[in-house]
Amino acid sequence: MTEELVAGILAGQRRAIARAITLVENDGSEAQAILAAIHSHTGRAHIVGVTGPPGSGKSTLVNDLALSFRRGSAGHPPQTVGIIAIDPTSPFSGGAILGDRIRMRDLAGDPGIFIRSMASRGSLGGLAWATADTVRLLDAGGYDLVFVETVGAGQAEVDIAKTAHTTVVVEVPGLGDDIQAIKAGILEIADVFAVNKADHEGADHAVQVLQMMLDLNSPGPHAVMHHSRLIEVAAIAGQTADTPAWRPPIHKTVATRGEGIDGLVEAILAHRAYLERTGNLVWRERERAASELETIIQQEALRRVLAHTDGKQLAALIDQIARRELDPYAAGQLLLNQPSQAYRG
Amino acid sequence: MPDKKIRVLIAKPGLDGHDRGAKVIARALRDAGMEVIYTGIRQTPEMIAEAALQEDVDVVGLSILSGAHLALFPRIVSLLRENGLDDVLVVAGGIIPDEDVPALNDMGIGGVFGPGTPTDEIVDFIRGQVL
Repeated sequence: MTEELVAGILAGQRRAIARAITLVENDGSEAQAILAAIHSHTGRAHIVGVTGPPGSGKSTLVNDLALSFRRGSAGHPPQTVGIIAIDPTSPFSGGAILGDRIRMRDLAGDPGIFIRSMASRGSLGGLAWATADTVRLLDAGGYDLVFVETVGAGQAEVDIAKTAHTTVVVEVPGLGDDIQAIKAGILEIADVFAVNKADHEGADHAVQVLQMMLDLNSPGPHAVMHHSRLIEVAAIAGQTADTPAWRPPIHKTVATRGEGIDGLVEAILAHRAYLERTGNLVWRERERAASELETIIQQEALRRVLAHTDGKQLAALIDQIARRELDPYAAGQLLLNQPSQAYRG
Repeated sequence: MPDKKIRVLIAKPGLDGHDRGAKVIARALRDAGMEVIYTGIRQTPEMIAEAALQEDVDVVGLSILSGAHLALFPRIVSLLRENGLDDVLVVAGGIIPDEDVPALNDMGIGGVFGPGTPTDEIVDFIRGQVL
């Protein structure tokens, strides 16, 4: 079964890819086997994140961008496109309404496009747990470009920058003053800005505010802020005084009319070229691997500790913490330091 | 943490633009803990089958008020089967005369729910068939 699915994915069979995504979402043991088998076939796709507030037009922009990349132009050949569109899971029922396909009608019937809607399932960073692995499946399935559209993001949903090579932040006119723009968070992760709904009043002001924010950024290390790991500054290949840092370009768009899309496409391609030229792509891949490995270790350590902890013992520890008889750090150490034989198997 | 969810595609085939009912159902299924992919109005059978394939859904819910169900549903069901989605439950709602229901059942529509059906009944039916 697993081998059949893996062969299907690598052959680009849509049914196999769709089935595998479900397995990854449900986190079965088969998912791990599939992901292990395809790992060496990944790393080819360019991953583009699209994030921004709810209602800013992300889905419509992704629709337009996908059409443009499928068509290709003088500068770049047509590319196949995978799309992962994430919407929030209800914190009350655990259900979700995934409505991004409504805005992507133009893409129906094109075998070079694969769209998957995904519920966030409790993940808080703007993506779902399964997003990164789904990107890998589409990558292995042969899609040249993978768009990841986040849930409607506020200020702190910045996980997309860890998953994407190029992050497009979508803003709309009238969202706030220049103080909003110098706050930390989502604006810092942009590689490209789209000021969408540019036919609305205040579009030029929104562009100005973003320009001002970018002018205040110090040159050089800025690009490093993507992963909020300043410590890695010295380790970046190509990030030296003679390779100027990337300054995120700002493009005005009206997604519903397809205006400004060509500029946005050019900006995404230029950013990809920049990443390759400076060695930044390699560095980002490494950062991503580090962050993923960390997550895997955390989850697996938690799973093992819980699997070998007696439910009653756990409940007793929790009670002790709540009664202030034991501090949570000591309880954590206690569980982690159980006799090592408990972790075998 | 990850767990298994029932995934449902809600689509309106054909040309009528009345999607109030489809939205009410989508909301009810969401409140029942399901993941509902809502595709909107004026979907062709090809679009519906393609979306069901990519989204790997357990259930396809069709809402139709135009009277074209006997023309459109067989095409949708056969395209789903062509795509290898043999185990997908197909249910329908909207304005569908009682006398058409046996024919729809025969062509593979698992359940037909007319106006006034309590949403709980639809939720229970889907859970009973899928789980």
